[in-house]
Amino acid sequence: MTVHLDFSALTKTKRSEYAVRFLFGGAVTMIAGLLAEHFGPVLGGLFLAFPAIFPASATLVEKHEKQKKEKAGMNGVKRGRQAAALDARGAAMGCLGLICFAIVVWKALPVWNALLVLALATAAWLGVATVVWNIRRRC
Amino acid sequence: MVSLFATLADVVKPKSFAGLLGAAPSVALASLGLAILTQGRNYAALESRSMSIGAVAFFFYSSSCMRILAKTRLGATYVTVCILVLWFSCSLGIWFLLLR
Repeated sequence: MTVHLDFSALTKTKRSEYAVRFLFGGAVTMIAGLLAEHFGPVLGGLFLAFPAIFPASATLVEKHEKQKKEKAGMNGVKRGRQAAALDARGAAMGCLGLICFAIVVWKALPVWNALLVLALATAAWLGVATVVWNIRRRC
Repeated sequence: MVSLFATLADVVKPKSFAGLLGAAPSVALASLGLAILTQGRNYAALESRSMSIGAVAFFFYSSSCMRILAKTRLGATYVTVCILVLWFSCSLGIWFLLLR
């Protein structure tokens, strides 16, 4: 299956569900900043990789999959859990990219242009995560 | 930034690929951008070094969530929130051993 965008999925997500993720992400960003200010960047930096939106995303994936199966007259509880597990597997693969993102920023930021480094690090995250996802899909 | 990645995760198919976005550097991009502007690049680079440890902890956290969700009857909200304890202990443990 090729990677593609399905914009009809946007209609399935309620505004309140987006709001929860926005507020949670914003709160974690603020907490990370406050912790860095109080305890210094060495401890505060840990929270830049806090699973901020993952719990909400996995819950939504489970809920939507369950609703879809129940609409078709089936018990969607198990399928919902499986979909959330699949989401978690994807996040684990994304974490390998996230480690590369952090290393690129750590090593390159003191010497290169900040905007370029953030763009390169984001490309490294996406590249590594996609390669790992492709390898896992073929195995 | 967080909303952008969350929206992208909703529209990207297949689901296994969309899962990658659950570990997108959304909080990091926002926080690092602010840190660079207010504290400078060296400060943000130090934060990133610690972030790599947080990302390793995130890997163990999400792998554990995957296994527990696949093998038990527990719901996603319960599992993903309770296992956050693992992220905290893992990241603080590695931080204590390597960076303190």
